[in-house]
Formats: sequence, structure tokens, C-alpha cells
Amino acid sequence: MPESRWIWQSEHLIPSRDGAGRKVRREVLRQLKRQHWDQHDTFSIRLALEEALVNAIKHGNALDATKQVRVRCRMSDDLIQIEVVDEGNGFDPESIPDPTNGERREMPDGRGVMLMRRFMDRVEFNDKGNGVLLEKQRTRLPQ
Amino acid sequence: MAEYRRLSINEVGDVTVVRFRDQKILDDLNIQELGRELSRLVEVENRKSLLLNFSSVQFLSSAALGKLITLDKKVKAANGVLKLCDIQPEIYEVFAITKLNRLFDIKEDEADALAAF
Repeated sequence: MPESRWIWQSEHLIPSRDGAGRKVRREVLRQLKRQHWDQHDTFSIRLALEEALVNAIKHGNALDATKQVRVRCRMSDDLIQIEVVDEGNGFDPESIPDPTNGERREMPDGRGVMLMRRFMDRVEFNDKGNGVLLEKQRTRLPQ
Repeated sequence: MAEYRRLSINEVGDVTVVRFRDQKILDDLNIQELGRELSRLVEVENRKSLLLNFSSVQFLSSAALGKLITLDKKVKAANGVLKLCDIQPEIYEVFAITKLNRLFDIKEDEADALAAF
């Protein structure tokens, strides 16, 4: 996609502590509202971003205050991309068991990646497994 | 009755109706506190019939789902009954995708849920 298509871009470096993603979250929501994205798209993006931030801060960087999470966002009229990269060792997303299977369904964790995949159109992890690209196509353009 | 920061508690007959003070159940520290308060209902106050009313909740993350699953286990261990109601469509979708709509007894609204205890 040509650079000129992007109507908004931002980049943040956030510390690895609880609640540090609030500013990014607020900014993304503000942009979605400004561009009149609908309620379901907004919910989906918010959920995927939240799950990615928690994974990066809590699991990737293990709440290590010396490590940061880089969040890059860009939005066109009908697409949003959010990239979240931590400084951890990465993980193999394919190794995560299906959280809906058998006894896994009653485990309290392990649903974040599944929710990202179901609520976004494209979810791609980098080779190291310490970064994820989230992409969503806008469902409806405003009238 | 103990004070709750994340929950609001009402009693309807034998049923404890629990509402959430936060519209958005987010941030690890808040979710940890929510988990402790939900556990207290069962483990300290020995409440056996719990109805979680989600009418005020607009957003929750998978970490919050984890606390609900832990609560469900505690309620079952105490031979109690847990039901959920008034879940908004997007949040219900989260329950359906994760198949937690099969783990939890989810009712349309509070009246339906109370009638089912």
C-alpha cells in the first residue's frame, strides 16, 4: 500500500508495567472514533490490542522494567495495522494448545492469541515470535 | 458485609446478584483485585448462589475470563450455583469463540436467571 494511503500513523515505546498500554489504547480508540469505525470493529481492535499488549508486557518482557514494548499503528480509510514487538525471547504461536479443547477449556489462561486471530483479519508473528502484526479491514464505511 | 471496590452486591432472596463497577474490565491490577473479590464471595462469605450481571460491562479481556473460570471452579467445589446474565453481544461473542458459553450457564436477563435458581 502506498505511504500516501495512511491517514494516521503513530509509534510508542512503552515500559513493561501493568497499565502502561493505556495511552496507546486511548489514542487508537480516539482515531477509530474520529474515523467513525463501527462498534464491532472497534471492540475487535481494542480486544486484539489489549491481548497483544498483555502478552508483550507480561509474558514477553516478563514485567522487566528495563525492557520496552514498541507499538506502531497506522490507519487508512478502510484498514488498520498495529504492530507490537517486545524484547523477550519470543515464543512459537503454533505451540499454544487450542484453549477450547477438553480440559483446556477450564484453564484460566491461554486464550489471547486465539481471540486476536478470531477478531482480526490478519495476525502474523515474526520469526522470533516476539512481535505480532494485527490487521483489520473496516467492515463498513460510514454513510 | 465486606467492602468491594470492583463489585456491587445485592441480595435477591437466596441469590447474591453481583454487578461490576467497571464498564471496562482491564489492566492486570484491577483484574487481580476483581478475582480476589469474586473469590471472597465464595470462600469467605460462603455465598452459594451467585448471579453475575454483566449489564454495565462494555469490554473485558481474556485475563478477566480467567477470573470467571477460577470463580466457577470455587463455586462448584462449594456445591454452589453460578449463573451469568445480561451479556452484551460483543462480549457474548468472546464467550462463544472460547466455548465458555458451554462452561457457564448464561441467561438472557436477570429475571430469567433468577427464575432458574
